[in-house]
This record gives sequence, C-alpha cells and structure tokens, in this order.
Amino acid sequence: MILYIMCFFLFLVGVYGAITKRDLIKIILAIGIMGYSVNLFLVLLAYRTGALVPILKKGLNIPANMMVDPIPQALVLTSIVIELGVTALMAALAIRIYQKYDTFDITKIRRLQG
Amino acid sequence: MILSQFIFVPLLAAFLIVLVARKKENIAAVIALAACAWILIVSFIAFFKLPAHGGMILNNTSGWKIPYTISLILDNLSSFMLIVVSIVAFFSAFYAIQYINHFTGKWNFFALFMLMVTGMNGVILTGDFFNLYVFMEIALISAYALVAFGTESEELEAAFKYATMGAITSTMILFGIGILYSYTSTLTMADVGLQLRSAGTPKLIFLVYGLFIAGFGLKTALVPFHAWLPDAHPSAPAPISAMLSGVLIKTLGVYALVRIFFNVFGAPTVVLQILMLLGTLSIVIGGFLSVVQWDFKRLLGFSSISQVGFIVIGFALGTPLGILGGILHLFYHAIFKSLLFLDSGAVEYATDTRDLRQLGGLSKELKVTSATTMVGTLSISGIPPFNGFFSKLIIIIACISAGQIVIGIIAALMSIVTLAYLLKVQKHAFYGKKGSAKVLEKVPFAMKTAMIILAALCLISSAIMIPSIRKNYLNPIVDTVMGKTSYIDKIEPYLDKGSVK
Repeated sequence: MILYIMCFFLFLVGVYGAITKRDLIKIILAIGIMGYSVNLFLVLLAYRTGALVPILKKGLNIPANMMVDPIPQALVLTSIVIELGVTALMAALAIRIYQKYDTFDITKIRRLQG
Repeated sequence: MILSQFIFVPLLAAFLIVLVARKKENIAAVIALAACAWILIVSFIAFFKLPAHGGMILNNTSGWKIPYTISLILDNLSSFMLIVVSIVAFFSAFYAIQYINHFTGKWNFFALFMLMVTGMNGVILTGDFFNLYVFMEIALISAYALVAFGTESEELEAAFKYATMGAITSTMILFGIGILYSYTSTLTMADVGLQLRSAGTPKLIFLVYGLFIAGFGLKTALVPFHAWLPDAHPSAPAPISAMLSGVLIKTLGVYALVRIFFNVFGAPTVVLQILMLLGTLSIVIGGFLSVVQWDFKRLLGFSSISQVGFIVIGFALGTPLGILGGILHLFYHAIFKSLLFLDSGAVEYATDTRDLRQLGGLSKELKVTSATTMVGTLSISGIPPFNGFFSKLIIIIACISAGQIVIGIIAALMSIVTLAYLLKVQKHAFYGKKGSAKVLEKVPFAMKTAMIILAALCLISSAIMIPSIRKNYLNPIVDTVMGKTSYIDKIEPYLDKGSVK
C-alpha cells in the first residue's frame, strides 16, 4: 500500500510542477514525471510477491497464480513510446518558441490574450 | 473486414504521402482526397448495412476472442459518428488542396491530416479502453503539430499550450484506465461494464469518474477546461480549424464521454448532474466571451465552446428527446461550424487578415464567401428552415419537458446571443463600411466548391427531421445511448469466458 501512496505522491509532484513552473523545459519535465508515475502504477498492478515470468513452456511448470500479470507490462511499453512522442514534439515546440521569443519564461510568452 | 478499413486506409495514405509525395507535392493531395473519399463511401455502406447485422458488427483483430484481443465494434452511434467525421474530413481535404498553397510543406500537412483522421476513426471504432487511449494520442499528437503548422510565434505558443494541457489530461485518463484495470482485470469496455455490474461498484470509481470527466472534458473544451480552444483552433490552418472544431472535440470529447459514461458505467446520476452544470456554464461563458472578440476565427472558437455546451446538456438530460437533440446538434454543428471556419479561411486567404476592425464591405467582392457565411450564420443561430433550428428547438423542448426550466430558458436566451455575435461578423466583415483591408487574391475554385456544398448540406440535412427518416435512422442511435448498458448485453455473447483467468 505504501508503494501506491508513494506512486500517487509522485503523480502529484508532476501535477504541481506542471501547474506552478514558469519554464517551458521544467513544464515538459513535470509532464514526464506524471507519465512515469502512471507507468510505475501500471507496473505495480502487475507485480506479485515471489511470482515468476509469465511464460508457458515445456519443463517450466509455473502455475498461473505464480506468474506476474503480463498485460500492464505491455501497456507500459506502449505508453512509454507515446510519451516519447509527446515529449519530443513538445521539446521541438519549445526550441521553436525560444527562437521566436528568446526566452523559456512563460510569463513573457504572451502574445495571445488567454 | 469493413471495420479495419476505417483505420488502415487513412494510415496507409499517411504512410504513402510521406513515402511518395516528398518530391511530387501534388500527389499528396490526390492520395489524401482518395483516402477521404474511400472512407466516406465505406462509412455510408457500413451505416446502411448495419441493420442487417442486428445493429452491431464486432471484429476481433486477431485469432483470439475478446477479452483476450483488441476488438473493433461498430454500432449505431459509432457508425453515425464515422459519417460525420468522413463528411467533414472529405470537404476539409478538398478545400485544403488550394488553400495550402499559402504554406510550405504540403505533404507534411496532408500526412498529419490523414493521421488525425486515423486517430479519430480509431477512437470511434475501438471497444477497448487502452486502445482508446492510444488512438486518442495519435489524433492529439497530429493535432498539436497541425496547430503549430504555420510556425509563427502565436501558433507555436498556442500549440505548446494545447500540448501541455492535452498531455496532462491524457495522463489522467491513463491513470483512470489503470485503476479500472486493477479492479476488473480486463480492458475490453463491455467486459469492464460486466465486471462492475456483477462485482458491484467500489468507492474508488468516483476517482475514475473525476479523472475521466477532467480528461475527456478538456478534449471537449467544457468551461473550466476550455482555455486552450480559443488559442489553438484559430491558430491552425482553416481546414484544420474546421476539423478540430467540427469533429475532433466531438469524437475525443463528447463521443468518448457518452460511450464510457452511458454504455459502460450506465449513466450515473452524479456524472449527469456535473455534465449538466459544465454544459450550462459552457453555453453562457462561451457565448458571452465570443461577443467581445474581434478576431474572426477566435470568435468562432468561443462559439464552439458555447455550442458544445448545447450538445452536452442534451446528452446530460438523459431523456430520449434530449439525446436526440444532442445527436442532431452534434451532426449539424459539425457541418455549419466547419463551413464557418472555411469561410473565415477564405476571408483570410483573400485579404490576408482576419481582424474584423480592418475588414468591411466584402459582400460585393467575395460573393460566394459572403453568401455561404450567411447560410452558416442562419444555421448556427437557429433560423428555420436551416438545420440548427431543429436541433436547438429539440434541446430546449427537452430541457423544459425534463423539468429543467431554468436551463431551457438559458439555452433559449443564449441562442439569441449566438445570433448577436454572428451578426457582428456579418456587419463588420461583409456589409457595412469598407474597411482598410483590400481583396488581394480571388478565392480559388476548390475552396468555393467545398463551401457551397457544405452550405447546401446545412439546408439538406434538415431533411433528417422528416418523421419516417428520423424513425428509421435516428431512433436506433438514440436507443443505443438510451439503452445504457444494453451495449454490454449485446457484446456479452461474443466474450470468451475461457478458464485461463
């Protein structure tokens, strides 16, 4: 249980960072932290104390209730790839914004009237 | 087989455009248009074939059966959404052929456009929670890139804002999906509903409701989550604004909300009340903010927030009449809002500005644009016989007959405000005194054609209201939403209840 609470705390750290930071790069990092915490949460769901690999093979007779759950592991791989895409796109946008405005500070990047 | 076409045809088109059209840019438009026409035809075929299949076609994408595989599910609601998406996508692509000459990197544009269509079709068809997340991210990533397509400073700023908010809420949705999986050990939507029904709903489900309302509410641009829309939609090129406002906020937002909260969770009252409140707030705040705007596209962006509010309160009423109104307004809004965005694009193409203070007296020079904008204005503000009249009337009647008289009155008053801000556009852009902006270029043929056809559709689509057509084609859609968990019951026979679990 303590692990889940820590994991939720990490999620909140990410939300806090994304909301309060003024630097584009720090915002991107905060969103990354949120993503990691959710990935960690998914992996924790799959974890079972003392369980083994989920492989069915001759000579390797692991009972079904002694295997870790393979689905969240597959989900985590997919979501890591998606987060990579989003992070790369946001970093590219941040670089282009820096070229236009000469700053990463969001309080100075305000040509749109919110 | 018919179902996977909706995903792989646009995906293949995006791939081919990147592969082939780098050197010959004109091929990009041809491939994109062919793919859009293909899915438009197939979506109609699927819609008319559906009753013969008992109202549901299920496609397991591998040799396994659900819940051990990803499934594509076509029912009345999703087939209707596919038609809406394909119509708007086809005409936006057609419009873009000549509009995009003002930009460089044509092939980039069309490749991203087709990826966005892939993502939206995927969201509509999928029967799997995680797959919904993946397709939603495909649509969103291409939308972020398309908003920044002009690479001017405002556009980059809007895209970054959109990407930040989108990424945070997508993470929340994934978190919600994780919690659901931990409780039910399955990701197939129908199976999740089934497990929740048999095992009872835990207290933790309210956290999932909250995460999903925040996540999909942001994609819908309901009021506390609306801040990105008035920046992002005007910044994109006009055909993309039409796609974003016309269908993206409806597929990723309204459709996902309806599918998850009605068909999987069985429309819990607390969620309907929250949606009702957010919808009413959206109508009022979006409407009033759009009156004070001077940027043509920004005004339309705020108007989208207000109109989506109408759709959401229609669904949130939870009565058959309200849902009928929501579905109709969803379809009609997709048509007239994309028409208005295409018109704003034509004005910008011709005069190089979209500031209403500089425009004026364009009705003589841009005859087609002026006439189609007038049709769009009359439709959105609900003047009979244009389509907006019927959907708004039904929503207002539904509000009153469901006992929500205050909300009904607010909706009726706000449709007058709708007329007010669009008459402002008419006065300052097309009639009235001649402004400082001059017509530099004529509006080309493809843009005009797309606008004229959409304007005609504004009138023709009112024909859905003819009772016999409504009974045969709209009532099954209302039943799908209204039947709530009947969606689960229909899929249950297909579920593999093997001993593996």
